[in-house]
Amino acid sequence: MKAVLRLAALSAWSRRLTLGLTLVAIALAVTLLLAVERIRVDARQSFTQSVSGVDLVVGARTGGVQLMLYAVFHAGAASNNITWDSYQAIATHPAVDWALPLSLGDSHRGFAVLGTSADYFARFRYGDREELRLRQGQPFAGVFEAVLGSEVAQALGYRLDDRITLSHGLAELGPEHGDKPFRVTGILAPTGTPADRTIHVSLESISALHLDWVGGAPVPGVKIPAEFVAKFDLRPKQITAALVGLKQRGDVFRMQRFVNQYRGEPLLAVLPGVALDELWQGIALLERTLLAVSALVVLIGLAGLAATLLAGLNERRRELAILRALGAGPGDMFLMLTAEGVLVTAAGALLGLVLLTVASNLAAPWLLDRLGVVLGTRWPGREELALIGAVITTGLVASLIPGWRAWRMSLADGLTPKL
Amino acid sequence: MTALRITDLVFRWPRQAQICLDIARFELAAGERVFLHGASGSGKSTLLGLLGGVALPQQGRIELLGTDITRLGSRDRDRFRADHIGFLFQQFNLLPWLPALDNVLLPCTFSARRRERAGADPRAEAERMLRHLDLDTASWRKPAGELSVGQQQRVAAARALIGRPEILIADEPTSALDAERQQVFIDLLLQESAAVGAALVFVSHDQRLAGHFDRSIALHDISTAMAEQPE
Repeated sequence: MKAVLRLAALSAWSRRLTLGLTLVAIALAVTLLLAVERIRVDARQSFTQSVSGVDLVVGARTGGVQLMLYAVFHAGAASNNITWDSYQAIATHPAVDWALPLSLGDSHRGFAVLGTSADYFARFRYGDREELRLRQGQPFAGVFEAVLGSEVAQALGYRLDDRITLSHGLAELGPEHGDKPFRVTGILAPTGTPADRTIHVSLESISALHLDWVGGAPVPGVKIPAEFVAKFDLRPKQITAALVGLKQRGDVFRMQRFVNQYRGEPLLAVLPGVALDELWQGIALLERTLLAVSALVVLIGLAGLAATLLAGLNERRRELAILRALGAGPGDMFLMLTAEGVLVTAAGALLGLVLLTVASNLAAPWLLDRLGVVLGTRWPGREELALIGAVITTGLVASLIPGWRAWRMSLADGLTPKL
Repeated sequence: MTALRITDLVFRWPRQAQICLDIARFELAAGERVFLHGASGSGKSTLLGLLGGVALPQQGRIELLGTDITRLGSRDRDRFRADHIGFLFQQFNLLPWLPALDNVLLPCTFSARRRERAGADPRAEAERMLRHLDLDTASWRKPAGELSVGQQQRVAAARALIGRPEILIADEPTSALDAERQQVFIDLLLQESAAVGAALVFVSHDQRLAGHFDRSIALHDISTAMAEQPE
């Protein structure tokens, strides 16, 4: 058996160029297949992990998915704000246990700035009800203090007590709030959620930044220096959205109705789970299409393997006739041929995994930055192993077709292979 | 003991009306060395195929070392051939990507009997044979495809002889050589087959080579059929 496998290996090595090209084709196909699968799983994971223990997300009336996207994942901009009075009405509702106001719209070098209450660090949960932890420093206390997400600190090289200035709007080169720098008071531990890419400040800081702004631009001729902002009323007038936790989960639909029928202004409350399901349904077709396309690519790679083996059959035909004349039985032949097919596909799959790991490490920061998807480096999961197994099995089958033909030929050729 | 006995053999290719071989009786004693002469198309290759067990006659018996191989299943015939017969082909049939030494060892890979009869260390035995056949040691580890025709021929001879098969069948093994070297190789083959005690059937269309054999037979003398066979 060992000797036969050695023969198979030497034989394959003699055809290394064609087999090598086939191997690369299979590797690329496997990379694509696994990448699609991995991004799909990781995207879901990232979204699902981002928020935990929140019963309702409240914002101005818009689509449920859109509200989730901008309020929780800080992707895209809100169409409208909600007034502080509306927020107060919700936050003080008897069914509500806690509420966190969210004020978005500013940014710092591409990272979202989130204005919120100091409660945020105590209340916010992600993943499996995990709390936000500060790796360094402490939560913001006063105006012009900021807590950075781990990714922000790492990407921009910030430390405690550094000064940063925010930009108005989400564009990287928006107008600057250059006159009112923030001091970094804390840096969060990594969470694998949008919090990593967020700069957290108080709602009062957001108000203070915009004291001398009207309608998204500085008022000409009016300058309110940072040291004087304390003299003004910094209570927020409007916020972007709110996260709401209820005393009893059973009240969730009653509370949702209360928000949706609120008379002061058109509001929307969504259950995060329901909105996420809506999101998955929206992209399920896309996911399936992508998976089907990459499965096709794998099939093409394997068809290439079968074609390569069939094309090399004249060479192998002689080889197998010789081996048969020397006493190699059907079992030996089967072993040689399938060993080759399995070897090439398995090596292809392995190379594909390596390529995937390299590519995902290179692409991870970009994906995180642009899509908010945390692409983990990890051992292949059960589904991925199943995919790899399917690829290798198909490779085995693909190599059996030329193998079977070669065996038939060796029977017909007798002892002297005719070429 | 006879190495080979053919009795009342009739062979016809499938879908062909004419009989290709019709051999009433043919015998080869153990260790006997026979030159079998036949013109192209006289059924030489067919006879070798029958002896090798890759084709079956419609009638008759083919006894090799007392075993009627026509009664064996195809897998058993394959095994019997590998165990007891060394073949030396016109095109040598070496695996071009396999080192010369490993080509010689192939019969020991697939036949336990040949491996046992090659001694305690088949590799050492293969080396001994290659040395005896005058193949320089530098060529042993080269892929067979890189060797010269003369070297390949000696590797093929060593492969046919390793593990001391009782019967050695050589099918035009000298057709690629010039006359002088043909005779040298035949003498070497006669000497080696005698050394391992194998009966030798040497098939050729060239009657001038018949000189050094115990016996010389023409195929048309033993087979009454003179049909053309498909090549």
